[in-house]
Amino acid sequence: MESEQLFHRGYYRNSYNSITSASSDEELLDGAGVIMDFQTSEDDNLLDGDTAVGTHYTMTNGGSINSSTHLLDLLDEPIPGVGTYDDFHTIDWVREKCKDRERHRRINSKKKESAWEMTKSLYDAWSGWLVVTLTGLASGALAGLIDIAADWMTDLKEGICLSALWYNHEQCCWGSNETTFEERDKCPQWKTWAELIIGQAEGPGSYIMNYIMYIFWALSFAFLAVSLVKVFAPYACGSGIPEIKTILSGFIIRGYLGKWTLMIKTITLVLAVASGLSLGKEGPLVHVACCCGNIFSYLFPKYSTNEAKKREVLSAASAAGVSVAFGAPIGGVLFSLEEVSYYFPLKTLWRSFFAALVAAFVLRSINPFGNSRLVLFYVEYHTPWYLFELFPFILLGVFGGLWGAFFIRANIAWCRRRKSTKFGKYPVLEVIIVAAITAVIAFPNPYTRLNTSELIKELFTDCGPLESSSLCDYRNDMNASKIVDDIPDRPAGVGVYSAIWQLCLALIFKIIMTVFTFGIKVPSGLFIPSMAIGAIAGRIVGIAVEQLAYYHHDWFIFKEWCEVGADCITPGLYAMVGAAACLGGVTRMTVSLVVIVFELTGGLEYIVPLMAAVMTSKWVGDAFGREGIYEAHIRLNGYPFLDAKEEFTHTTLAADVMRPRRNDPPLAVLTQDNMTVDDIENMINETSYNGFPVIMSKESQRLVGFALRRDLTIAIESARKKQEGIVGSSRVCFAQHTPSLPAESPRPLKLRSILDMSPFTVTDHTPMEIVVDIFRKLGLRQCLVTHNGIVLGIITKKNILEHLEQLKQHVDPLAPPWHYNKKRYPPSYGPDGKPRPRFNNVQLNPIDEEREETEEEVHLLNSTTL
Amino acid sequence: MASLWGGLLRLGSMLSLSCLALSVLLLVQLTDAAKNFEDVRCKCICPPYKENSGHIYNKNISQKDCDCLHVVEPMPVRGPDVEAYCLRCECKYEERSSVTIKVTIIIYLSILGLLLLYMVYLTLIEPILKRRLFGHSQLIQSDDDVGDHQPFANAHDVLARSRSRANVLNKVEYAQQRWKLQVQEQRKSVFDRHVVLS
Repeated sequence: MESEQLFHRGYYRNSYNSITSASSDEELLDGAGVIMDFQTSEDDNLLDGDTAVGTHYTMTNGGSINSSTHLLDLLDEPIPGVGTYDDFHTIDWVREKCKDRERHRRINSKKKESAWEMTKSLYDAWSGWLVVTLTGLASGALAGLIDIAADWMTDLKEGICLSALWYNHEQCCWGSNETTFEERDKCPQWKTWAELIIGQAEGPGSYIMNYIMYIFWALSFAFLAVSLVKVFAPYACGSGIPEIKTILSGFIIRGYLGKWTLMIKTITLVLAVASGLSLGKEGPLVHVACCCGNIFSYLFPKYSTNEAKKREVLSAASAAGVSVAFGAPIGGVLFSLEEVSYYFPLKTLWRSFFAALVAAFVLRSINPFGNSRLVLFYVEYHTPWYLFELFPFILLGVFGGLWGAFFIRANIAWCRRRKSTKFGKYPVLEVIIVAAITAVIAFPNPYTRLNTSELIKELFTDCGPLESSSLCDYRNDMNASKIVDDIPDRPAGVGVYSAIWQLCLALIFKIIMTVFTFGIKVPSGLFIPSMAIGAIAGRIVGIAVEQLAYYHHDWFIFKEWCEVGADCITPGLYAMVGAAACLGGVTRMTVSLVVIVFELTGGLEYIVPLMAAVMTSKWVGDAFGREGIYEAHIRLNGYPFLDAKEEFTHTTLAADVMRPRRNDPPLAVLTQDNMTVDDIENMINETSYNGFPVIMSKESQRLVGFALRRDLTIAIESARKKQEGIVGSSRVCFAQHTPSLPAESPRPLKLRSILDMSPFTVTDHTPMEIVVDIFRKLGLRQCLVTHNGIVLGIITKKNILEHLEQLKQHVDPLAPPWHYNKKRYPPSYGPDGKPRPRFNNVQLNPIDEEREETEEEVHLLNSTTL
Repeated sequence: MASLWGGLLRLGSMLSLSCLALSVLLLVQLTDAAKNFEDVRCKCICPPYKENSGHIYNKNISQKDCDCLHVVEPMPVRGPDVEAYCLRCECKYEERSSVTIKVTIIIYLSILGLLLLYMVYLTLIEPILKRRLFGHSQLIQSDDDVGDHQPFANAHDVLARSRSRANVLNKVEYAQQRWKLQVQEQRKSVFDRHVVLS
């Protein structure tokens, strides 16, 4: 019987079907109570239950049979709004999953009835695939729009295509016939601003004019971006991945994935990238894709009404986002699995896979870069790598880890400053200042003046004979008769040395600016600047190793592979490994990162170097601090995110964490049948807790269920509106059978439908390891702590987070928990100095003094305590 | 009625969004069909060879013809050297869709322009209009409000007023004001209280 009841727990919540079930759970509970040698004043409950069976409630205040059936009808339909959540609250995964299973059963049982029901069930079964298809389509299309528009706007800083205003520099010179190498970067259709304004293409005057226009455009783009964000959708700022991680773990931020956020993020992302700030569009693209997923899930009732199901769509959407951001569909799926998702069943894996596929397909058919690839910096290498090169790769990994650790520390310190001091009051000014500094410093250096994606492309590309950049200015011997693909190592020319100096300056500049840029109030991603830093460092190391191998080819490590005239070092590969290492140091991703980078290059043979570098960077980074930048930002903002990666190694018990604490007033509880509507409303008004355990009675204290504050409020409000005879003094009844009432009392309000009959409970001696595991794996929102079936307290997600934080701060072993010394709970003293009456270790006191620990208030965890 | 209206609004916005996505898709198909003649190129880069300096050749040509022999014209070397010269040339076939680029840029700029206009209206013109319409008393009253100079500061008032009247126009206004309130709430939590996204 008990298993049967557990199985049907959904029914208890949503309908009154259970009313007709023969046995009441009072009986079950009482049976347990008897075994536990339960001494209460309600020992005759069993008897009560027996007599109550079959006695139907009839109206006592002038009601008739009619109105009583009317009552039942009313209760059959679920009260609208029950089961939804408030802003900044945590969802209950278990409850949502039960809701979905119950809905599924309902549809399945109706399926055979008619063709229409059959269609409905088919539609329901397919809606998951439909919604990820739509999400993939939309995110691919939006990514194409962002790519094209960002390229165009970036080039707008330099000049404009006079023949066709909508072309960027590259497209403008598409058909130009400048045939010699000297003129290859020029084309007559493309006019720089200096040419247009003062009519000079060369000389100091035009340089200064271009400089001024560059700064002007950068500032105006940045200003437009930040003011659009501020006026229309403040949630559109930042990278969005920390928030999406939190949302996927079961948090509600209303409007974060809404229409306006989507629109403003798309529009301002282009502006922010074009303004030349040290930021990228990859992280925000994940947010954009998740917005699409959320918006499309409103079309399907299966997903719009169920927060847990909606999160499955969001997981798939984030995969689609990375898929279009890097042109790496499989990397996207793995990113969703490794980095953002919290609950990732196999079904979601396939849907993510499909969404990533659709998105990549759409983006490919738009072909935003004109290179038939999904990203600008796609490269193809064919040169092999040699064993001794693992050493520089690992060095790059160390650099990546150091950079990651430094960046996380510095950026978090800066963001904390922004959060806690007055300086955070001027977001617009901050963006303008950062943009101005970036533009002023970036313009003189050709490597920082470039769009960051183009810089990465240039660094990744290996030097063929056809490259025109100064990075490839090697001293050539003209009489070489080899074919193009296999150029031997050559001595570096003057251009390479000057390029290295410029790259060093660019590296320092990027490192500093990225720290201050990430977190300003425009859409800003972290992937591209991190990759740029790694690529610069990697390229420098690559050129150094190359020259070393050229000049010292008789060293024993080079002897075997690098004879004169052999092509043994590929500096572009070093750039790529460096990019992966830096990205790994910052985000602490491993598998997904390697897959993303290898999808960028299409070379399977570079997996081992990438793995070595990424793993080293993760180890080095973890030595300085275990969390990646996203976890650090989650912690800075105090989101209720329970990281599944961290281990819990302490020996505390559930009783140490539960609220109320020893000195706190006891738990605020409801009794199942002797409170009035007024009592409950008072309790709701006086406390700010989000849920109340329901117990049998003050005397027995045994647990019946759990009622959420929001559901209570909604149910009482709707009952007052819709049901007649509900007044302040009406009894509220959570029990199955209404107690017999005096004849003239108002009719009772039955609220069994909103009661969670199967709240999760642990005993007070459960180790916290297990409790934390339960919270992580089941996605609980709260858990009741019982002792002999008696409610002692409650543990919420927030309590656990606070506890973890506390443990982290006191690394030294805690003083032995107080209950180790005292097996019995200390007596509590009432206001008159005498011990309160106690029943089985539970302190009782009048209801008006009861308090319960705050459970996830609207204010998030206070960050100052973190 | 209210829920119906809200449902309609939501449906409308859904539809418009999916229409946007679909139109972009359609556009891609359309441009594929009407591929511009100038949208393909075969670019051959030939490095210096003997006495010839490096050269770049650019030609509209189909993908199967994209090789050195078809593109490099006139051939700078004679006879047996042609093969050696062509071996060094790197030819790349590229295609783009100029219509997609054009339409995308136009769509983007028009959305940006509309948003900018709306922003200017909300931040500059609306407060002035409201001040003129509601006269002095409103001014004094709202001056107490800290958020007066913020856009949407009067959302509360309008919300309170619009409940009394009920026709379709007011429903729209109500929805707009509700949105404004939400944005105001977001702005408070991001910029003032710094509880999210800092």
